Amino acid sequence: MALQDKYKQLIDSATAAGILDLQVREQDNILYIDGTAASGAIKDQLWEVYNNIDPNFTSGDLILNVNVAIDVTVTQVKVVTAHSNLNIRKGPGTDQPIVGKAAHGEIITLVNRSNEQWWLVRTKDGEEGYSYAQYLSAEL
Amino acid sequence: MKFFKFLAFIALIVTIGFTGCKPKDADIKAAVEKSIASVPELTGTTVDVKEGVVTLGGELKDETAKNLAETTTKIVKGVKSVTNSITVAAPVIIAVDEVLTKNVADAVKDYPTVVAQVNDGVVSLKGEIKKDDLPKLMMTLSSLKPKQIANKLTVK
Repeated sequence: MALQDKYKQLIDSATAAGILDLQVREQDNILYIDGTAASGAIKDQLWEVYNNIDPNFTSGDLILNVNVAIDVTVTQVKVVTAHSNLNIRKGPGTDQPIVGKAAHGEIITLVNRSNEQWWLVRTKDGEEGYSYAQYLSAEL
Repeated sequence: MKFFKFLAFIALIVTIGFTGCKPKDADIKAAVEKSIASVPELTGTTVDVKEGVVTLGGELKDETAKNLAETTTKIVKGVKSVTNSITVAAPVIIAVDEVLTKNVADAVKDYPTVVAQVNDGVVSLKGEIKKDDLPKLMMTLSSLKPKQIANKLTVK
């Protein structure tokens, strides 16, 4: 219960933000908060609260796993790398060969998201493969 | 006439007797709640009482806590029986090391100054990271179902 007190502000914020399927569980002295946020802004806000309670996330007593809900109708995604091209790989993993590249800022087709970390995408040139989901942003 | 008076008297005694000895539902509820409140593991239990029958609800962390709530309730005076409708939270699922190691390697690939190791579900981070990149990396790692993230990164 001590951890729930420490992160009370975070749990309260998650509840107030209407996080879907919110689960707060404590197991072996680590707190696990899971759920789905309606937007990336809500997720960022929760991580700010987390950073305020535990600056630079050094305590190692919380796993905050809040995903952002994505509309199933989304078929276009934008490449949001820092500046470089995004690798498109044969399979889901950095050990997989690169089969193509998408430019920073380019909008490409989302084929499916069956893998959480690696999304199957297709470029305008018809190159199809897996890209790291963190560098893709849904285009509505 | 005397006999009827006597009967009425008996009826009165019985009524007083019943209301006097039998705890009211509200009293039982208060007593059960007090008893449950004395055990920290049972926080989250809800209590409902109808004619001495207690229904327990809410969500607790495991079966042990669920059973403890029931035994804690049964010993309270006036409780006839207990309906245990407490649900148990699903345990947190931790990724196996093989999968976690691969996913962590993918996640830290673009941060060359970060060294990550996986051992028994624990992701240990060493090295350096830019302040702006730290939340991004932590967000990604937190979605990989690790047991713990031991972050010893130096923030630049």
